Order: sequence, then structure tokens, then C-alpha cells
Amino acid sequence: MTPHILTRSLDRAATTFILIVAGLGVLIPLSNLLMPQGSMFQVPTYLVALWGKYVCYAILALSIDLIWGYCGILSLGHGAFFALGGYAMGMYLMRQIGSRGVYGNPVLPDFMVFLNWDKLPWYWYGFDKFWFAALMVLLVPGLLAFCFGWLAFRSRVTGVYLSIITQAMTYALLLGFFRNDFGFGGNNGLTDFKDILGFNVQADGTRCALFLLSCLALVIAFLICRAVVTSKLGKVLIAIRDAESRTRFLGYRVETYKLFVFTLSACMAGVAGALYVPQVGIINPSEFAPANSIEAVIWVAVGGRGTLVGAALGAVVVNYAKTFFTSGPLAPYWLFMLGALFILVTLLLPKGIVGTFNAWWEPWKARRSAGIAADEESAAREDGIGAPNPAE
Amino acid sequence: MNVMDTRATSAMLYLDGVHVSFDGFHAINNLSLALEPGEMRAIIGPNGAGKTTMMDIITGKTKPDEGTVLFDGSVDLTRLDETRIAELGIGRKFQKPTVFESQTVQDNLLLALNVDHSVRGTLFWRGSKGESERIDKVLETIRLTDARNRLAGSLSHGQKQWLEIGMLLAQDPKVLLVDEPVAGMTDVETHLTAELLKQINKNHTIMVVEHDMTFVRELGVKVTCLHEGSVLAEGSIDQVSSNERVVEVYLGR
Amino acid sequence: MLLSCFALPALAGPFEDSVAKFANDEFSDTEAAVGEVASSGNPLASPIISALQDGRLSADPGSKKVFITRTDGKIVDAASGAAVDKLPDGAAAVRLNNRLRRTVEAALGGLTLLSPDPAKRLAAAQSVFKSHEENLLPTVESALAKESSKAIKQAFAEARAAIILFKSDASDSDKLDAVSVVKARGDQEALALLTGLGGDQPPLVAKAAASAVASIQSNLAMWSMVQNAWYGLSLGSVLLLAAIGLAITFGVMGVINMAHGEMVMLGAYTTFVVQEVIRTRYPALFDYSLLIAVPLAFLVAGAIGVLIERSIIRFLYGRPLETLLATWGLSLVLQQAVRTAFGPTNREVGNPSWMSGAFDLGQITITYNRLWILCFTLAVFAILLAMLRYTALGLEMRAVTQNRRMAASMGIATSRVDALTFGLGSGIAGIAGVALSQIDNVSPNLGQSYIIDSFMVVVFGGVGNLWGTLVGAFTLGIANKFLEPVAGAVLGKIAILVLIILFIQKRPRGLFALKGRTVEA
Repeated sequence: MTPHILTRSLDRAATTFILIVAGLGVLIPLSNLLMPQGSMFQVPTYLVALWGKYVCYAILALSIDLIWGYCGILSLGHGAFFALGGYAMGMYLMRQIGSRGVYGNPVLPDFMVFLNWDKLPWYWYGFDKFWFAALMVLLVPGLLAFCFGWLAFRSRVTGVYLSIITQAMTYALLLGFFRNDFGFGGNNGLTDFKDILGFNVQADGTRCALFLLSCLALVIAFLICRAVVTSKLGKVLIAIRDAESRTRFLGYRVETYKLFVFTLSACMAGVAGALYVPQVGIINPSEFAPANSIEAVIWVAVGGRGTLVGAALGAVVVNYAKTFFTSGPLAPYWLFMLGALFILVTLLLPKGIVGTFNAWWEPWKARRSAGIAADEESAAREDGIGAPNPAE
Repeated sequence: MNVMDTRATSAMLYLDGVHVSFDGFHAINNLSLALEPGEMRAIIGPNGAGKTTMMDIITGKTKPDEGTVLFDGSVDLTRLDETRIAELGIGRKFQKPTVFESQTVQDNLLLALNVDHSVRGTLFWRGSKGESERIDKVLETIRLTDARNRLAGSLSHGQKQWLEIGMLLAQDPKVLLVDEPVAGMTDVETHLTAELLKQINKNHTIMVVEHDMTFVRELGVKVTCLHEGSVLAEGSIDQVSSNERVVEVYLGR
Repeated sequence: MLLSCFALPALAGPFEDSVAKFANDEFSDTEAAVGEVASSGNPLASPIISALQDGRLSADPGSKKVFITRTDGKIVDAASGAAVDKLPDGAAAVRLNNRLRRTVEAALGGLTLLSPDPAKRLAAAQSVFKSHEENLLPTVESALAKESSKAIKQAFAEARAAIILFKSDASDSDKLDAVSVVKARGDQEALALLTGLGGDQPPLVAKAAASAVASIQSNLAMWSMVQNAWYGLSLGSVLLLAAIGLAITFGVMGVINMAHGEMVMLGAYTTFVVQEVIRTRYPALFDYSLLIAVPLAFLVAGAIGVLIERSIIRFLYGRPLETLLATWGLSLVLQQAVRTAFGPTNREVGNPSWMSGAFDLGQITITYNRLWILCFTLAVFAILLAMLRYTALGLEMRAVTQNRRMAASMGIATSRVDALTFGLGSGIAGIAGVALSQIDNVSPNLGQSYIIDSFMVVVFGGVGNLWGTLVGAFTLGIANKFLEPVAGAVLGKIAILVLIILFIQKRPRGLFALKGRTVEA
């Protein structure tokens, strides 16, 4: 990456965001590991894992914002890419269990023994190696997005049509992964993980490391998104979002741009899923549910689409609220609240939190700096240094 | 039809026997038209005469059912898509001004510049002096230098029309298709637009679709009148406007 | 079991001797006894043999007396039918082995062939057809001669043919006749019978049987196609019903309503409430419950639709992606509201008598509820088409969707038309809910299972075209049911989704898309 791209992508808000994420990524693990158990400064391990989950959601939200906020592609199937990344990681973790499973088979995961399979299906080969699994985390969602996008964008499927077929895509995958003979654990999915790269997934240290890695991934994903949207490519994406056919008549190959950004976004969602699985300890087909994908879209809408920072913020805020309400006495009302959130945000806060803040803050900032300039001018005039006063 | 290797015509834009129908409605009916290099042509005709559909065909948005559409004497446009046709050098200004409203005037022109339009090229793009000079020049031509950092959405209707013409200039195509450039403009703006087009015509081939007869008269170029998807009359504005059939079409029977 | 004729005096002589053979405790004697008793024509024969089958026949080896323990616990003497106080001490149940069991079954079959109950005779004829027990031939033939019911006579003829086919000493011409009788029956059992025919048949018969097998197989394949087609039509009608409302709101108005499924769900719950009221207050009206529920569901869902349009959707016209999100939120709220009011579990919605049951058509069975739903769907479709074409509201609707500004300037209250159109689409979804409550579980999630399918139907058929929706629904329904036997239910569904995705690539605007430059405006 050439430096000019980096300098261009880092304005003050972006730098602040990166510093905050990096700070949390270091401070939370430190406090968990170094502070004594039970101290008010110690972040309990379950909270580290919970926040790790939020950070993964934030990456997913970024990936949605990149295509929806900047290119106008509303994907209702991004949960599928997230889940595929998660499954790739889950497969690695399953292979790491080895003979410690209930049936003690050194090669076959428990569910395969249970189904009386005698050998590993070909698509499970290689997942005992971390590098291979890590590659698949990027490749599988990326490839699906590429094929899907290639078909969809080339035939100019846009707007709600695209949204509906992305939803159908994740729905088809949901049905498929529920089947036992698909070879991904059916209903129960993949779980009972033991260790990752030789470290116990349950251990405090591993959880802290995973949290730190998630924050790092969030920063990298954010930087990649910033680099894309602040480049001329970003301007083309916005042009496509606002007037697709005009962009085409200017000689831009719209479908290639969409395909690029859609695939990039799917890879990011895959990474988010891969980091999510070891922290929550399970991946099952319900991650493919269309409702999950739409929920992720609302995080972006709440935070403010087309702002990146807002998407990440929205993911954390909505999920924090979800954790808070679903664990309290208000649990039966959570779906009412979530539903109302969808309606109210689209009706009353179409720019989201960050977008609305910017709309209020930037004119104020501009007025203030203009005001300061005017004040200085008049002060200079009173001092008799400025231009001669016409009244005199 | 194999015309790729020989120039079938000297015309810059050549349409012959073009038909297109939508669900039984013949929008374009045996349309034939030729635009010589460097020519400016005004196209007039009542509503539904097929003017916009003709532009759709030339720019690849609509595929004709039959007929020949050649660019630069040799390129068969019916086989290409919008992007490829734009890359070849056919620019289009829409009837309704379409600029990128949420981006600045300057960025609108930057997007229109005919430089590397690949994903890689735009991702690693860094501005060059040549590019900014060209943008400055276009801004000056369309009188929007002061508005360069304003959002295109905040421009007045006339300014948007000019910005769109400016985008065509930045694109620097061989042929400009201009659809109703003065719709909704004041008389002064109309006059300035005519001047602008004449200036652009010095080194571009232009096809203008317009209803405004004063404007067409001011351009002072050859006029083609379309009716029901085919050419009704062709000639100078005076010849065309005195043609009985044209009068009949415009005033009704 | 027929145990109703015990009071008759026992016939002295051979029958008693035959019965006494049960007491010998020898399988060969028992077999002989079964044969003799069954062919005796004695009214006690049937109770004796069924008692033997159930292990209720006991014999005292000392006195050579045989007893029946009746199902009500009373004990009677098998030979005379006279009541006995208790079993003698030495009495033990008459034993059976597997070969004997078959003999007993066949004997019972033969006995019930002469039963006065037509249903029993028919069942017996079917069982003889399967067992083709040779020694029942005389019974079958006499039953055939006596039978008056046409259907049962046919069954007897088939049973006779089955026996003759397997009878080694039957003449070739009799066997050929039998083959044609079995062939005419043409079902799975006829096929099993013919394929079970041993290789020791005369060549002429073997050839006839082989050709009969081939013809039955092709016949069955044809019927299985018909069956798939019927299932497909039935699924198609369900899809169409769920999608018609959407064809109005999405297809005609361009509003993407993700809460459409919840309108269907509300219709189903309206049916539930109507049935509850009827059950507790006016049970006699139960058969009319659906007729009452249809207009109510239309009103409930339609009113909620109007409310949604006025309070949410009208602020989002021209912003389809936002509409999608807001209506999705609405669907969450509606689901949770119903879950709170009616509980998260399935609620029981009953079938009125005229919708339950089934009838046979050739080799397939058609259930009345599916048939009614198909008719109902087509009726709703026809009424809707007529409404759009001939009523003032239909005219205004078409005017507003084609050119809103022009319609407004001609004095049409466009916002009222919007609300009514949306209400109409929602109301039809409510009606769909009434019908779907008859074949699906009524739960808060009912709507969710239809929303993706409905969108697929509308998109596949072509937006803005009701006929497209009709063709789309039936095409998808039939394609689904024809893929299912090949690929399995889930894979079939996945295949359909993938095919639609690929189809949308090919024709992004559906089967019956409008063409022209106004479309993209």
C-alpha cells in the first residue's frame, strides 16, 4: 500500500477511531490478565469474550457499510459470508479436537462418527492446517460473492431485486447447512472446540489474544475501507450509488466496480465470522438465517451509513442494547424494541447517529471558524491595523 | 455483417434501417441518419417521435430489433454495451440533468475525465497537474470556477445543465449527444448555451435534440425532424419549418 | 371379530370331530382342523379361527373339548357354542407356528369373504388378492356369484384371477384371462403380484405377464406424474395465494413490504379466533367458520394495512431499501405482538367437515382441503382481476401507478388510492391466511415461511403483472414437486432457489416483464 493512500485515508475522525479501538484492544486484555481477580479494574473474562463478539459484529457492519453506504448495494445475505468464514474456522477447530472427542476418533469429528461415516469428506481435507483454514476464511466467502456478484451485477440486478436474491441465497444456504449429509454437523453445527494453534480456547490468555486480534482486524478492515472510499474509486462508488446509468455512460465498467467492492466486503465479513467462532465457541446454521443479515443492516442504519465509524458504532450500540435487554426483565419486549428501532431509524434518523451528528456538527464548526475569522477581523479593525474603516 | 475491417461510410455516426418496438409499439421505424465528422446536427420532433430512443440505441442502452448503427464508419454499435461505447468516444447528456449530486462540482468533472477507468487505476489514482489543468479549463468554459467546491446537488437547474455539458467536455468524446440542453433555462442561459455548443463544435461532432426553436435557429445548423420513429424532413431550419408535413405534424391535422 | 351368533345350536357330527382335532396338539391336525372348520359353513367357524389366531382357543387334551375365551372374558364351548363357567384345569392354548399362521389368515380371509358386511367382504377380497391362497378358490367363486355390489364383485374377480395365476393346474387360457384382469387393475399391488409370479409359468402366460408388467409400470409412472402435477398445482395455489397480495403491493405499487407474511399470519389468527368463538358459543355454525373468517380476515388485515401505509410507508415512497427495513421491523413487532397475545405455540384451527376427507381419482388421492384451496385461490385471483379491470378503484389504482402526477391533476386523491391499494393487498394476504390455516401450523412464525417464496413468485413472474404471478406460482409449485422426488425436499427447494437466482440473471425483470424506456425511469 503506497503511503499517499494511507495519509489520504486518515483524517482526524478516522485517527481517533483507530486510537480508541487500539486502546481498547490493549487495555481490556491487560486489565483482564494483570489486575487481581475481583478487582473493580479487572474486566472479567466473559466480558472480554462478549466484547470480542461485538468487535466481530463491528467488522461485519463495516463490510456492509462499504457496499451499502458507498455503493448502494443492500445485501440481505451478508450473514452468509460471515457464517461461511465462521464455518471455515470451525472446521479447523473441529480437526484440532483430534482424539479428544466423545468417540475418540483421531480424524473424524464426532458428528461424522455418529452418522457412521467412515472417512472424511474431501472438502474437509486441509482444514487441520491453520494456514489452509485461514486462506479458506477469505477464499470461500470471496469466491461465493464473486460468482454471485458476477452473475447478478452483469445482468444488472439492482436495488430491492438484489436484496431479495441475496436473501434467497442465504436462505438456500440455511436449508443446506441444516442437512446432516452436507457434512457440517447439520442442526447442531460445529462446537466443543478444544484449542486453537495449540492454545486452549477457553483460557483467559487465549480469549484476550483473540480480543486483541479482533480489534486489530477491525482497525485493518477500517483502514482498507477508508483507503477505498477516499480514493478516486470511492468517488466512482458514490457515483454508482447516486446515478448508476450516468456512471456507465461516462465509460466506467459499473459491474466490475460492484464486483470488486462486493467481493472485498464478503472477505471482510468472512474474517469477522472466523474471529467470532472461537470466541463464542459454536457455529451453527442459524447464522445463515435471513433475520441475522437484516439485523446487521440495521446496525449500519442506526450508526449512520456511509460513515464507516458509524457502522462500527451502530453494531456495538445495538448489540450492547440487545445483551442488556434480553438478559433483564424486559426480555419479552426486546423484539418490540428491535422492530421499533428499524421503523424509527428509517423514518426519523435516516442518516443514523454519526450522520446526524455530522450534519449538525459540520455547519456549526464552519460557522464557528467563520465567526472566529470575523471576530478577528473586527478586532483587528478596532485595533486600527486592518483595512481603513469606510465610516471614518 | 462484416464491417469491422472496412470503412463502410465516411460518416461519424451512421444509422440505417433501424427498427425497435416495445410490446408492439414501433418506437423507431426504418430510421436512417448520418452525421459527418465535425458536424453539429439538431434533431427536432414532437413528443414520442423517438428522439430519446434513438439516443438510447446509439449509446447502447437499447438494442435495435434490426438495422445498422455504425460509429466512425466501421464500429458496429449494436454489439457493444454502454461502457464500451462511452470508451470509444460517444458522450451523452441526458434530458433530465443527471450529475452526481452528493459530490462536488470538481469531483464530477474528475469522474468524467477520460483517464484510466479501471478499478486498479482508480484505487491507486493520484491527481496529476495535467488533470487539474484540464478541470480548471472546463470549469472556466462552463462558468463554474467559483462553484468548484460546492456540492453538485446545490447548483441551480441551468448550472447543472452546464455541469453536465462540462462533464462531456472532460470526457472529450468524438461525438456528443446532447438531449434538451436548454429545457428550463432562462433566455440568457439559452443564449450562452448556444454559444457554448458552437464553441465545443469546433473540435467535436455534436447531435442536439431540442424543442426550443429559437435555440435551434440560433445554432444555425442542419436540422432533422423525426416523426413516429423515422425521418420526416431534413435541411436548414427554414427549409424544415416551411415543410408542409412538418407543419402538419406540429400543428395537428 | 364376529362373535354374535353363539346361541345357535351346534351341529352334531363331522363339525364336532373337526373341532376336536384342535385338542391333539399336533400342527398337522390343527391345520386339518382349520381347513375343515373353515369349509364347514358353520357360523361358529369364524369365531373359532379368529380365537385361534389370537391365542384365545384352548383345548383340554383329556376330554378332547375345545373352548373359546371371548374378548369379553366369557368362555364358550367351541363345538356347541354353549357357555362354560371356567376352563378345565388341563386346558392349554392351541399352539401355532408360522406356517399355520398363514393358513389361519387365509382361512379367515375366506370366511370373511362371505361376511354380511360389505366393507369386510371388500377387505377380505383384497387380502385374498395378496395372499392368493389356492384353497380359497371355491369360496371366492361362490362369493363372486352371490355378490351384488359392482365394486366388490370386481375385487372378487381380481382375487380369483390372482389365485388362478398362482394355481399350477389352471389352464393357459384361464391364466391369460387372469393376467388381463390383473393388468386392468393396474396398481402397485397388481405389479407386485405379477412380478412375484415364478418362472415356471407356461411361456405364453409368462410373456403376457411380462407385457402386463411393462404396461402397468408405464401406467404407474404416468400416474405418478399426474400425482406430482397435482401436488405441484396444490403447492402452486398456496404460493399464488400468498403472493397475490404481494403482487399488488410490490408489483403494482412498487412498495416492498417485508411484513406481508405477517398479514397472512393475522388472517390465520383471525380464523382461529372465529373458530374459538363458534366453538364456545355457536357450535352448530362450525362448518361455516371459514365463510365467516374470510371477510373478517380481509377487514382485519386490510385495516392494519391501511394503518401501516398511513403511518409508515407513505413517508418512504421512492426509497425502497428504507421501506424494506422499516417493514421488516414492523414484521418483528407484529410477530411479537401475536406471540404475546396468543402464545408462541401452534394454535389449533380445525377443518370444517366439507374440507376434510379425500377421494380417489384413478391411482391418486385428492384431499378436499387442497382441492378447495386451489378453487378458492383461482376465485380470489379472478375477483381481483375483475376488480382491477371494472371497478372505479381499480381504474384509479392503475391510473395512479402509471402516472401519479397526471392522475393527481385529474382529481384522483392519490394518497387515498395508495392507502386503499395497500389495504387491498394486505387484505388479500389476510384471506390467504384463512386458507393456509387449513394446511399449515398457525403460529407467529407462519408468515416468515412464506415471505421469501412469495417474493420469488412475484419476481419470477414479472413485477406489475398479475398473470405473471399466476404463471410464476404454478411453475414454481410444479417444478418444486417434480424436483422433490429426484433431489429430496430440501435440496429440491435449494435447487429452485438457485434456478430462480440464475433466472433473474437472465431476465432481471421476470417472465412477463414490461419493456420500453419508461420502465427504468
